[in-house]
Amino acid sequence: MRVLAAIAAKELRDGLRNRWALSIALGLALLALVIAWFGPAASGKVGFASLGATVVSLASLAVFLVPLVALLLGYEAVVGEAERGTLLLLLAYPLSRPLLLAGKFAGHALLLAAAVAVGLGGAALVLAATGAAEAEGFWAAFGRLVGSTALLGWAFLALAYAISAGAREKGRAAALALAAWLGLVLVYDLLLLGALVAAAGRVPAWLFEALLVANPADAFRVLNLGGEAAREALGGLGGLVHGAALSPALLVSVLLAWTALLLGLAFWRFARRPV
Amino acid sequence: MSALLAIRGAEARFGPVKALRGLDLEVRAGEVVGLLGHNGAGKTTTLKLALGLLRPQAGSVRLLGVDPAGRQGRRARARVGFLPENVSFYDMLTGREVLRYLARLKRRPAAEADRLLERVGLAHAADRRVRTWSKGMRQRLGLAQALLGRPELLLLDEPTVGLDPVATAELYATIGRLRGEGVGVVLCSHVLAGIERHIDRCVIVGHGRVLAAGTLEELRARARLPIRIRARGRWHEPPLQGLGEGEGVVARRLNGHQLELDVAPERKLAVLRALAAAPGVEDLDVRPPGLETLYAHFDAMLHRGPDGEAP
Repeated sequence: MRVLAAIAAKELRDGLRNRWALSIALGLALLALVIAWFGPAASGKVGFASLGATVVSLASLAVFLVPLVALLLGYEAVVGEAERGTLLLLLAYPLSRPLLLAGKFAGHALLLAAAVAVGLGGAALVLAATGAAEAEGFWAAFGRLVGSTALLGWAFLALAYAISAGAREKGRAAALALAAWLGLVLVYDLLLLGALVAAAGRVPAWLFEALLVANPADAFRVLNLGGEAAREALGGLGGLVHGAALSPALLVSVLLAWTALLLGLAFWRFARRPV
Repeated sequence: MSALLAIRGAEARFGPVKALRGLDLEVRAGEVVGLLGHNGAGKTTTLKLALGLLRPQAGSVRLLGVDPAGRQGRRARARVGFLPENVSFYDMLTGREVLRYLARLKRRPAAEADRLLERVGLAHAADRRVRTWSKGMRQRLGLAQALLGRPELLLLDEPTVGLDPVATAELYATIGRLRGEGVGVVLCSHVLAGIERHIDRCVIVGHGRVLAAGTLEELRARARLPIRIRARGRWHEPPLQGLGEGEGVVARRLNGHQLELDVAPERKLAVLRALAAAPGVEDLDVRPPGLETLYAHFDAMLHRGPDGEAP
């Protein structure tokens, strides 16, 4: 347990030292503010419009940015140490492979959650200073957003670990991570929408729901766009998930299950990795 | 006394490539064994076997009496120090942070990391980031981490690569001190020059198998390579009388006052006596075959076959 904490602490320190966490948090906060402020510009005004619109805007930002950030944070996890020569060294130490991977993931997961909390939390504080916090349920809505965004990040961090654990070279891991991001965050939705339109409403609800939760990015979208606060501000898939029978508890479980599954894949590939 | 490391008949294969084909290696307490061979000869693979990072397809490996790839391997690894080739550590952390981190992984107190930084002469740079360090300093940091937990066996993969002559001498001095304390050391190297004085025994590997093993004297006796003798002096006719030229002695005149002889080992003393008694000879220089010559000999034997015939 102390060894696990030591590995996690080292990853945290590394992430803070190279200013990775700081730049992500700052970037997230700035983008969040810009989006919260200018998001309603289309309707002819500038400034905090409504809680629902703000949460939807921020969730749309998070679903693009956070998976990318998580993949970039994690794709080096194993293959980077291998190329540096430290993997061979650490495996010659009296520790097991699962312990090493678990420690690194714990450190990276904490770092990512902290960056998300500081970034979105900072934006919330600035909005609150302008009086937005008077809206009913403001803090609860932001708490849910931060929590679900961290879960989204963890699922993609686990995906990055699964890629890294079996990759031969850093470059290949980076390419795979980018492809995963494009596929899951951008292409998947386009294909899904296209298929729905082509099928002209003949797709059974259960299949549609299954396809939504088959992608952690979509599970996150449904979780945040299907919420009470978002009822009045929908777009894209949001309109379709309106009536979906996917409860927040189920969607949170789906995100956790994706994290566990992908992390399990990472452990499996790491155990088989030749040194 | 039982061996710290015993590898017998080990075979290792990566796909169709046979990295090791029947390798034997034994290391006892207080001895420095040189594992010598060119790049790709199987040295690093042998260390991976010793550490349990690879399992042999055939043969056996015992590290401190247990199977290093088995359930007790982890406990055995805690008593072993390993310096990999080309390790670059964590650039963003300071030397002290790196060594304290590795100490925690080996379940050793942070104070031990600080003491070791002192011992390898890195105390002055300990709080600077490793990124700013020279290759030699990183190598010493590597040695320091290998010494965490007072290991009984040290496995050093190319420890002198990138070190300047002073740092190399310091490294060998440290190894000598550890040997005195009873630590067994495996020193992997493809640089053969200058290593002779620092090893007790050598195992020459090539193409995944042991080409020759033993002390330097044993290898010389086996190779029966000629000893090179140089005579210098003033003479009209070179002092070749009674040397038995042609019978195990080949002579070359280098210039008017220097003579070079390649002498079979058993003729050495007779030739020396004759030269010492010859008029005009002022100085004699005797050079037994070095490790490089021996290595070239055993490597060539593998290609030719022991009878000198092409296989």
